[in-house]
Amino acid sequence: MTQASISTTADAARSAPPEAKSGFRLPTHWLGVAPFFIFALMFLILPTLYLVVGAFQNDQGQYTLDNIRQLFTDQSIRDSYWVSIKISFWSATIGAFVGLAMAIAIVRGGLPRWVRSSTMTFSGVASNFAGVPLAFAFLATLGRLGLVTVILRDVFGINIYAMGFNVLTSWGLIIVYLFFQIPLMIVIITPAIDGLKREWGEAAATLGATTWQYWRMVVIPVLWPSFLGTVILLFANAFGAIATAYAFTGSSLNIVPIKLYAQIRGDVLHNPHLGYALAFGMIVVTGLANIFYIWFRTRSERWLK
Amino acid sequence: MKTGRFWAWLVFAIGTAYFFIPLIATFEFSLRMRRGVYSFDAYRVVLGDSRFQETFAYSVTVAVFTILLGVLLVVPTAYWIRLRMPHLRPVVEFITLLPLVIPAIVIVFGYIRMYGSNSPLPFLGTARGTDALLVIGYATLALPYMYRAVDTGLRTIDVRTLTEAAQILGAGWTTIIARVILPNVLIAVLSGAFLTFAIVIGEFTLASLLNRPAFGPYLQNIGANRAYEPAALAVIAFAITWGCMSVIQILARFAPKSANRPN
Repeated sequence: MTQASISTTADAARSAPPEAKSGFRLPTHWLGVAPFFIFALMFLILPTLYLVVGAFQNDQGQYTLDNIRQLFTDQSIRDSYWVSIKISFWSATIGAFVGLAMAIAIVRGGLPRWVRSSTMTFSGVASNFAGVPLAFAFLATLGRLGLVTVILRDVFGINIYAMGFNVLTSWGLIIVYLFFQIPLMIVIITPAIDGLKREWGEAAATLGATTWQYWRMVVIPVLWPSFLGTVILLFANAFGAIATAYAFTGSSLNIVPIKLYAQIRGDVLHNPHLGYALAFGMIVVTGLANIFYIWFRTRSERWLK
Repeated sequence: MKTGRFWAWLVFAIGTAYFFIPLIATFEFSLRMRRGVYSFDAYRVVLGDSRFQETFAYSVTVAVFTILLGVLLVVPTAYWIRLRMPHLRPVVEFITLLPLVIPAIVIVFGYIRMYGSNSPLPFLGTARGTDALLVIGYATLALPYMYRAVDTGLRTIDVRTLTEAAQILGAGWTTIIARVILPNVLIAVLSGAFLTFAIVIGEFTLASLLNRPAFGPYLQNIGANRAYEPAALAVIAFAITWGCMSVIQILARFAPKSANRPN
């Protein structure tokens, strides 16, 4: 007993820094992380909580669910959520499939080495090239006087605008969002594809599996969680984005971030607390998306070590 | 395998077309300002615009302060977490991921409501205060990237041994962080810094809602009012992003890959 306690004290003395030897001391080691926690509290957590609490209050400060209910009953708000979710969903899904195809092509397609490294470099750039300039680039490409529009019209005789195409719509925005969604997918999913061990393919081949069986029974089950997780991440990425859409269409496109932008600017909903509820709804959507992302990522890490 | 390679090339070609056509089109469009001939007029107009210079300088300044704040905030915290409080790691990591969960527009909405001129902390009461809040907001947005970069950097050095060695030589905490830890993770810090720069320089939402004369709102304003200048600005912005990412790639080559731990 005595022996044991002596050795514990000795252990403690050896592993602990000098000032920790005395039995009691002020929790000074917390001072090292205090600035960070104070910063996070003041500029991240409290401002968000302020909005969340405000979403459940009315003008008199009483607690109510009216604002939340209005998110669902107000036609214009419901539409904006729907359009936002639609744009985010399609840009995430298409971006994920195209990104996956490109990642498989550069990792497994037997392409020269420079193809892979240049694609990865470019993806790093393009996934960060969002915001206002991206909107300009696509206006110069697919706008009424854009290069592609003009070439299609003058060279091929296809007037896409006469055919009802307009880049300033939700589908136009999806095409634009793909410019950062696809590279983001490539950046995230390539390590997962690298994690597919060559031995698995050889083992499957030894057991007489066809290529299709190898894909269906090995590759897809292993990649599935990373893939789904990344789709959700792309969804959240598109859902919160505003700058590109705003520069692209001004305030004409009815999506949640643009609605919230207008609300912050000039209380267009005529109810500040409904504005808080709008922000709360955004946090709920992106928050749920991230919870699923983390869940899928932990599942994928079982295989891809 | 032959057919596999064909499909791989096809996919790669389609992808390349999707990514390069807008860039080529933007560049081509930016040259069309003078009727009939290609010229760099749009660039000359943009670069000569005093508002371009002012807003760009403003955003560069804000980016520098953001990076300083980010480094001051993240390096000591990540160091301390590794050295003394590893049990807090999941909490800190969770907090640093929050800016990816909470959209920027929601964060700035919270600032506007919480730090208005009638609040106990009236950041928005003065122009300087609003600038400070903008820097703080950007530091928050860059937190996930900065923290990850620095934490990866710290993983490659032996924090404990370095600290003990410095302590034996009589160094205080400030000296240890500034003169021992920081130089060792400098490359990681720099990659975080350049990523921060790329994010901050053209950022629109925060700057616009806080009414600051930054580059992002200027871009938006030009986009709404001009024809050829936006294309020139897009090319410039792409070049800046490209530059930042290239620097990060080059830095990554100098970064140590793993720790030389004694155990």
